[in-house]
Amino acid sequence: MKRLILTAFAVALGAGAAHAATLDDVKKKGFVQCGVTGGVPGFSAPDASNNWSGLEVDFCKALAAAIFNDPSKVRYSPLTSTERFAALSSGQIDVLSRTTTWTMSRDTTLGISFVGTMFYDGQGFMVRKADKIASAKDLSGASICIESGTTTELNAADFFAANKLEYKPIVFVSQDETVKAFEDGRCDVYTTDSSALAAERSKFAKPDDYLILPEIISKEPLGPVVRSGDDTWFKLARWTYYVLLEAEELGVSKTNVDEMKKSENPSIKRLLGAEGDFGTPLGLDKEWAYKIIKGVGNYGEIYETHVGPKTPIGLARGLNALWKDGGLQYSPPIR
Amino acid sequence: MAKDDSTRTPAPKTAFYNDPVIRGRIYQALVLLAVIAAILSIAHNTAVNLERQNKTTGFDFFWATAGFDIFFTLIPYSRASYYWEAFLVGMLNTLLVAVLGIFFATLIGFVAGIARLSGNFIISSIATFYIETIRNIPALLQLFFWYFAVLKAMPPVRESFIFFDSIAINNRGLNVPRPIFDGHFHYVVIAFLLALAFVFVLRKWSIRHLEKTGQRFPFASTALAILVFIPGIVWMLSGTQVTFDIPQLGGFNFRGGVNLPPEFVAIVVGISIYTGSFIAETVRAGILAVNWGQTEAAQSLGLKSSDRLRLVIIPQAMRVIIPPMTNQYLNLVKNSSLAAAIGYPELVSVFMGTTLNQTGRAVEVVFITMLVYFTLSFSVSSLMNWYNRRVALVER
Repeated sequence: MKRLILTAFAVALGAGAAHAATLDDVKKKGFVQCGVTGGVPGFSAPDASNNWSGLEVDFCKALAAAIFNDPSKVRYSPLTSTERFAALSSGQIDVLSRTTTWTMSRDTTLGISFVGTMFYDGQGFMVRKADKIASAKDLSGASICIESGTTTELNAADFFAANKLEYKPIVFVSQDETVKAFEDGRCDVYTTDSSALAAERSKFAKPDDYLILPEIISKEPLGPVVRSGDDTWFKLARWTYYVLLEAEELGVSKTNVDEMKKSENPSIKRLLGAEGDFGTPLGLDKEWAYKIIKGVGNYGEIYETHVGPKTPIGLARGLNALWKDGGLQYSPPIR
Repeated sequence: MAKDDSTRTPAPKTAFYNDPVIRGRIYQALVLLAVIAAILSIAHNTAVNLERQNKTTGFDFFWATAGFDIFFTLIPYSRASYYWEAFLVGMLNTLLVAVLGIFFATLIGFVAGIARLSGNFIISSIATFYIETIRNIPALLQLFFWYFAVLKAMPPVRESFIFFDSIAINNRGLNVPRPIFDGHFHYVVIAFLLALAFVFVLRKWSIRHLEKTGQRFPFASTALAILVFIPGIVWMLSGTQVTFDIPQLGGFNFRGGVNLPPEFVAIVVGISIYTGSFIAETVRAGILAVNWGQTEAAQSLGLKSSDRLRLVIIPQAMRVIIPPMTNQYLNLVKNSSLAAAIGYPELVSVFMGTTLNQTGRAVEVVFITMLVYFTLSFSVSSLMNWYNRRVALVER
């Protein structure tokens, strides 16, 4: 909370007023300052030696790879939901890649811009199997643990009002306390984005004792966010995300990217900088996409490594499959 | 004086800028100007920056629908309420904790402070152990301890501890019956108020009686009897019926009755025990500051030891105790904001947490929150200063 006040002051005093040239600043300081979640396995979590990994973290790494040809040139700021926007608009971080739901009011009133949807998600409910609940409609009178300052809090209120059910929202500032209170039995239900429910469940001592209810009560498009007013930086972030998608679509991966450079496929040639120059307009060189793929891989690889069915989190691709596989992930053409 | 100065040489003329009075004025004016300039510059900077960040600003959000629920409110509130109602809920919840916290912390502080000076080794050791342990652990950690330790110790809803078929304790809190009074109950209330007035008069009389005759009237026990019996008799005569809304297990939790959630219990207990340890030290210092001669003088007058403490030592100690205790009260009010971390919906949680995030009006929300804490702290300290002036040594 102290940090929140400080950042509010920083906003007020203009200590970190929105610079127009974020890319120049980043190049000058030599790393990307990236706001992430404190610890959701698969999305962003530090290991014992403070190496961060996860889907959201990999977006930061991709940015660093594009700019510095080195995915490790990132510094991470773990932020709570309540701190994140102030941290971004005050300039504490260059990009926010932290399970942030793209909503219209955030996009239009907070002075921030959403880069794209890295992860299509929806809000779900987790309960104890022992409570024998099969549907969210059975939750009348339940106590529900929620993290403060999230769309989750509003969706839950909408859902229970729409279904004329009573509930008690127990709202915590940080995710750790929210989950701990649920584990300790303070609440009957823990609600957040269903991907995060799966991630948190994987951390529990007995994951099999918990059940994620079938209802998905909201659309939660999660994606990275940058400050408004710096188009160069915004477009760099957006096309970094698209490169990840385009690479998967073209079958270019971390392992085969060097071979693929010799490919005769014009789309691949354009992507990897063998034909045309798509980096210079972004303030980078023409091998920028090659560096991203070499450094972190394509979207499919990132997904499979961190949250896919073979990980403890075990999320099927679903809506996050490429458009040609029946999902929603789609990159405008790189040409 | 000036008239009679003819014999004296006039004071040497100095340039006006060397006149200490005028100099002082100039410096004050300069400082004032600097402060005003700083404030204007901050305000301007803020406006420009918010504009440049494409942020919407203003206080109009207060009249927008909040859209979120709060589980512990003193006034009616739902998701369809406005943000100003959410703000009010948060502020009242903060006030509730502050008032209860100050009450219990003072109680704990006085008992522990006096106990630490006790001649009884066990009592003073216990007090010392409590004070030294609690003072040296951060408040937030203690809150987490109380909250999660209490939760862990409590059974789940279906295995609640139940007393007298009506009081249930579980990890959702303490559920007690809610009394429902019928239409005759106001007679009892009036009787109680009359009894209270009578006790007040009795107290004056008993002091006068003591001063006149030297005989002690058993005031405390008489007062208690009056306060119990007069309303009691009226209760019987008026035939007031009281029914109880008893908590019943239904669905996920007990319904009906009054529910005290563990978040609330944890913050009140935690903050009272924490601040109490500091007040205890203040009380000890105050008592030690009263010269031992005062005790001896009181003994030589033949006062009982309880009277000695009540009539001679504490009143003098209060003068030393009040100023630092005011600081402790202010700390308590501000520390109540830590409750946000354990899920108690007070001002910081409801307003600086949820409201700020849903509206994005960081500057406005933080400003109002600071204003509220400032007002609270200022009221507490004004009240204490007023009390301090009343008990201060009047020099004649």
